[in-house]
Amino acid sequence: MLKFPIYLDYSATTPVDPRVAAKMIPWLTEHFGNPASRSHAYGWDAEAAVEEAREQVAKLVNADPKEIVWTSGATESNNLAIKGAAHFYSGKGKHIITLRTEHKAVLDTFRELEREGFEATYLDPKEDGLIDLDAFRAALRPDTVLVSIMFVNNEIGVIQPIAEIGEICREKGIIFHVDAAQATGKVVIDLDKLKVDLMSFSAHKTYGPKGIGALYVRRKPRIRLEAQMHGGGHERGLRSGTLATHQIVGMGEAFRIAREEMGAENERIRMLRDRLLKGLQDIEATYVNGDLEARVPHNLNISFAYVEGESLIMAIKEVAVSSGSACTSASLEPSYVLRALGREDELAHSSIRFSIGRFTTEEEIDFTIDLLHRKIGKLRELSPLWEMVKEGIDLNTVQWAHH
Amino acid sequence: MFAPVYLDHNASAPLLDAVREAMLPWLGARFGNASSRHEYGRAARRAIDDARARVAAAVGAHPTEVVFTSGGSEANNLFIKGAAARMKPGLVQVSAIEHPCVREPARQLVRAGWTLAEMPADADGRVELDALDVRAQLVSVMAANNETGVLQDISAFATAAKRQGAWLHTDAVQALGKIPVDFRALGVAAMTLSAHKIGGPQGAGALVLDKRVDLEPLIAGGGHERGLRSGTENIAAIVGFGVACEEAVAALGARREAMQAQRALIERCVAEQGGSVFGAGAERLPNTCYFALPGIDGETLVGKLDRAGFAVASGAACSSASPEPSRTLTAMGVAADLARGAVRVSVGASTTMQDVNDFCGALARVADELRGLRAMAAA
Repeated sequence: MLKFPIYLDYSATTPVDPRVAAKMIPWLTEHFGNPASRSHAYGWDAEAAVEEAREQVAKLVNADPKEIVWTSGATESNNLAIKGAAHFYSGKGKHIITLRTEHKAVLDTFRELEREGFEATYLDPKEDGLIDLDAFRAALRPDTVLVSIMFVNNEIGVIQPIAEIGEICREKGIIFHVDAAQATGKVVIDLDKLKVDLMSFSAHKTYGPKGIGALYVRRKPRIRLEAQMHGGGHERGLRSGTLATHQIVGMGEAFRIAREEMGAENERIRMLRDRLLKGLQDIEATYVNGDLEARVPHNLNISFAYVEGESLIMAIKEVAVSSGSACTSASLEPSYVLRALGREDELAHSSIRFSIGRFTTEEEIDFTIDLLHRKIGKLRELSPLWEMVKEGIDLNTVQWAHH
Repeated sequence: MFAPVYLDHNASAPLLDAVREAMLPWLGARFGNASSRHEYGRAARRAIDDARARVAAAVGAHPTEVVFTSGGSEANNLFIKGAAARMKPGLVQVSAIEHPCVREPARQLVRAGWTLAEMPADADGRVELDALDVRAQLVSVMAANNETGVLQDISAFATAAKRQGAWLHTDAVQALGKIPVDFRALGVAAMTLSAHKIGGPQGAGALVLDKRVDLEPLIAGGGHERGLRSGTENIAAIVGFGVACEEAVAALGARREAMQAQRALIERCVAEQGGSVFGAGAERLPNTCYFALPGIDGETLVGKLDRAGFAVASGAACSSASPEPSRTLTAMGVAADLARGAVRVSVGASTTMQDVNDFCGALARVADELRGLRAMAAA
């Protein structure tokens, strides 16, 4: 039985896994204590639950629980990591580097630092969406103090060479931050091996609740941060504010499930994604955005040429997808990520991000393939540009009249 | 599970049934990201708008004045740091009895060139209006103190602040649900609210903000909350917060009476034990009784009460690990010895008269035991 709209927007957010909800809810209802309350069992129990969850998060990424700081989400973690480190280490230098295709949470924070007097370099990715390591090395300066590169891109799903970047940064004593919001449960993360200093996590991208995230802060070697939220001194002074026990328990459980089921789940998801890709590839003039190899199995971002973007989204209403990342869906600008790959505005507008997940079925994939075939066909029938292309006219040679 | 009678509502409060009912779907089938354009997202967006309207209505504000945050601490940080960032460094004043999540952000401003001065409190725990410096540009005075429950004359501060062109912020986290709170009537520039203090979930709060205040966001990226607070919205918590606000104001009258009666009983038995209630001379929250019994250490008393089945607090939750006497009491001129005896009992919507009766019995027994031990030790 298909439920409409079919949800293929897992990169925007994921449903809370029923097992996670089941674990969370008692901490919302019966066990309501403030974990900072030292004077009674309500507080102690809440604190114990928080510490158990901290261990679960640490285990997924092979870190020490002491290195996990709770935040209200990956956006806050990114702010804390980037501003916190840049400010703390600003004596060493004020040059910071990132990729043009990062999430707004990183880019806007970088812009804020620029307004404060930091100098930022925004690297262009290669056409496949991956970082150009030579260009990266060339961009490093003696006064470079922080690099921020996301593990997995939210729009096109490509996986950056975090291990290599880490080696380069460690060698030069540069702090390396990684936004791993889209990575947990999808790729193996081993912070004992990766030379990453700071890493942001989100719960709601990994079948946990919204409103909770974490920041990994390395202890060996010790990374220091300037706190962004001051008050009661929670999280060893790094992030003050009452801890939301039920949300933390949810994140812990979500990350435990991710650790235990990731392998098998990714296999199944890869098969579904490949099925979708195969089913759509026979539509003419379609282009996959981003490298297909260095990519998480959940993501398929495709541009359908000669189809108007908005009409396309409206036409496939029975499937809930995204054109451009959720956080910037309010503005109808073409995706800056796709433009950074070299896609022209038109093509960027006509792209769809399909992101599948734990609860996606083969039936849903097949319905989607069929739907896209029908609708693209119809829309192209209506498109004068498509007509011209079919007649063999090279659109680039056409002189468009201005009205 | 060993479930002591919960008398620590100022630390956090049990979730209201209506709140749980409202939240559950948002931890289940209704999981969309409010920024997504499909129906999952649109449904989430509608829920947030609805919750915003409820929060605004509960405190006499307009929905566009409500900025959702992850809690009270964040809202306090957002206002103090955010307003200061858009002003020329000058004088910031906070009361001497503020919660650390107001005091600490204010201290951070000093690093940006601001001067910080405290406004002292009198022996009854009231912040002195005279202490407001005419040069102060940013001022923060809490509506009700979390330890003593003492109420501050926020309207008077607001009037004075307006006269000198200063922004007045009030942390109303403890006030909401216990006394009437009206943003417009108070005349403040900004006000902080927290969901988990009023039977809502932990993880949601709000900064109610006069739109004339120019604020630099604390958390950037994505532009949510009109650019003031980025990050995927925690719909379940926001929905819960909205319902909790509505409930908090709905039964306020009846609840106040009940809490007042319960507190009166507690204070009678404290008096019977020869104890003193801090801030008794001032108008206080109807649910809070902060007291000390002569010669009995607060931490010890709280521990014994816990084992006797009553959950209370010695000083605020956030600082319950520190051995220092309460800053608030110190500011009120309470001697360190007496301050170390401080115990806070705070009743709530779920507290019954029976609970309070039983507590009084336990207090008497435990106090006797501790005095007996002291006598033995002295012999």
